[in-house]
Amino acid sequence: MAQTRKPSRSKPQKTSAIPFFEPALFQRAIHPQSAISASDFSVAEIRRILLSADTLEKEEPLRRAKRLAKRRVALLFYESSTRTRTSFELAAKALGADTTLVSSLSSSIEKGESLKDTGITLKALGAECIILRSPYSGAPYLLARATGLPVLNAGDGMAEHPSQALLDLRTMLRFRGIKATAISEKCLRGVTVTICGDILHSRVARSNLLTLPRLGAQVILCGPPELLPEIASSMGPGIQVERDFDAALRRSQIVMMLRIQAERLAGMKIDLDDYRRRYQANADRMAAHAPEALVMHPGPIIRGMEITSEVADGPNSAIAEQVHHGVPIRMALVARALAGVKVDRR
Amino acid sequence: MKSLLIRGGRVVDAATKMDAVRDVLLRDGKVAAIDAPGKIKADGAEVFDAKGLVVAPGLIDIHVHLREPGQGYKETIASGTAAAAAGGFTTVCAMPNTIPVNDSPEITRWMQAAERGASARVYPIAAATRGSMGESLTDYAAMKDAGAVAVTDDGKPILGDAIMLEALRAAAQLGLPVIQHAEDTRLTGGCSMNAGALAFRLGLRGMSIEAESGLVERDIALLEKVKGGHLHVAHLSTKKALDAVRAARKAGLHVTCEVTPHHFVLTEERIGHYDTNAKMNPPLRTESDRAAMIEGLLDGTVDAIATDHAPHAAHEKEQEFDRAPNGITGLETALGLAISVLHVQHKMPLGAVLALLTSRPAAALGLHGRGSLTVGAAGDVVVFDPAEKWVFRAADSKSKSKNTPFDGWEFQGRVRLTVSEGRVVFR
Repeated sequence: MAQTRKPSRSKPQKTSAIPFFEPALFQRAIHPQSAISASDFSVAEIRRILLSADTLEKEEPLRRAKRLAKRRVALLFYESSTRTRTSFELAAKALGADTTLVSSLSSSIEKGESLKDTGITLKALGAECIILRSPYSGAPYLLARATGLPVLNAGDGMAEHPSQALLDLRTMLRFRGIKATAISEKCLRGVTVTICGDILHSRVARSNLLTLPRLGAQVILCGPPELLPEIASSMGPGIQVERDFDAALRRSQIVMMLRIQAERLAGMKIDLDDYRRRYQANADRMAAHAPEALVMHPGPIIRGMEITSEVADGPNSAIAEQVHHGVPIRMALVARALAGVKVDRR
Repeated sequence: MKSLLIRGGRVVDAATKMDAVRDVLLRDGKVAAIDAPGKIKADGAEVFDAKGLVVAPGLIDIHVHLREPGQGYKETIASGTAAAAAGGFTTVCAMPNTIPVNDSPEITRWMQAAERGASARVYPIAAATRGSMGESLTDYAAMKDAGAVAVTDDGKPILGDAIMLEALRAAAQLGLPVIQHAEDTRLTGGCSMNAGALAFRLGLRGMSIEAESGLVERDIALLEKVKGGHLHVAHLSTKKALDAVRAARKAGLHVTCEVTPHHFVLTEERIGHYDTNAKMNPPLRTESDRAAMIEGLLDGTVDAIATDHAPHAAHEKEQEFDRAPNGITGLETALGLAISVLHVQHKMPLGAVLALLTSRPAAALGLHGRGSLTVGAAGDVVVFDPAEKWVFRAADSKSKSKNTPFDGWEFQGRVRLTVSEGRVVFR
């Protein structure tokens, strides 16, 4: 009994215990200047960001480049990207920051390095902010917790693309003649936006759904049941599901087309001819049902699939304008991320 | 081994319906005497003063993953059973999804060998099919002889009707239950949480309620064809599946089921910002399903609280939600959760709560001589303070892994002493 009175196993195993000063990963804080979800921004914050975008866009370039001179911004891209990556990079550089791009095909990610370790490595190299694109929903939270740095979400899986929602908003406000100073809970009252296509797999749709209803807009979601479950309407107030694209168009001032995300279909079979017939934005349909509507698309567009060239290149298309708004919006987000942050390069 | 006299505690034994102050004497690994205070003469015995404490049969967890053989970096039989002892468990049933899969009598025996250094009795549950591939049955008779108490392909559900029927028939001949992890994996590819509004919002693919209930219904339909067959549904998580079990039982079929503490305590909201310590399979569901689990526990439909203790290393859980493995540890938090939620919050009598952790799981898997404090039974005892509040710290866990959603939670009901076959394994 003597030896069972003090079984060695019941002694505290200090060696395996996590030190008290380092809380478990999922209990660590997210840097408040991160931009991970569109729901992170209050309406007042949206107004501040869009006002900042206006200011930075107009600023004299050499002066602007002093704002974040030699600060270090890392772009970590696990998925391909043209618009988002380039505009974040141009935005950071326009503010004077040094940028570095790490992409999955040219880095130790290929060798199996985890997101956590890649983040720690970038931080050790002096990164003060990381811009992340990941095929996994929620990845920016993990990176933010692992590094303690502000993380800007450049698209995570099917979850969110908040900077896209902000540049889409800027496009819509310009179209409606609403200034950034007028952004409020009611500024889009009376505006109906139809988002049509592969809603299920779309992070752009989710970030827009978390933004537009809060500014007073009505949102109609349109698409086949496989790509648009009814539950999507639970994302916010005033969101409706309408399977008849023509009916949706007749009620809309703005229409946002989405591509079918072939890379995320996971074995789902879609009859593409039927899809085109029902949901394609083509010249005849637009002329018949929404001749005045602004046509938006976050890209990449698949011409002849969800949208025809006549519409994409037509007078109501805002597709290029959306891309254009990417740089000022992302300047505002990068500036916000690094504002007041002390440089700790150890 | 010296005798141990546990003196003056409130003995709560669901099997014998005892709830009274008694002295309990353990000798030679067995319960030697239970009698009114002061009646037992035990010269030379070590004395543990249990005044004001509850003395109950050692707890039984019929669903744990001890990770040995093969994944000692997550857990070993020694570390997993040390965690069990700290949680008041003296009996654990180890799932066969080890590496290699426990589909042979050799592995079944290896897991029970003294060299494993277990602090609790380990009953292996053998694989139902070779390699848990769902194709051909393992040798049930040989594995029962080696000590297996049930068969299952846990985590890799048996989907084929013919092979499941064959498993139920072969097991019935030996009096073994077939345990099914009820998930129609044809419907859950790429899914990492419960289906519904939150999954849509988070951009994660969701497992439907029907993926669970459909397989339970299918298994019940197969069980009807097997005389003497016994189906045990593992970690049930949906009202629909629970209703199917309830109906089958009413119809006279031998169906038993278990519910985990996390499924009666947490909902999918616990995922928050993609916390992988809230990722498990079956997934956390919504409030209506959680409430149905409580109801099933209160009304007796549920036979056992089982933890599905599933340790994973930090580097495995500290990944993107979709990439992280399923499962959480549970052995050290189960009693605290059961008392805090079922007894304190839902006013379930302590004896009924303990029955779900002792006599009823013992009955469900036929663990003879376990789960009751009677003279001659195994000297498995837990002594706990039912009123003491304490804070659980994952960092202090005896498990090798710390993947728990309950870090920092305050519980009521603290284990003071755990005795396994007469040997003090935790105090």
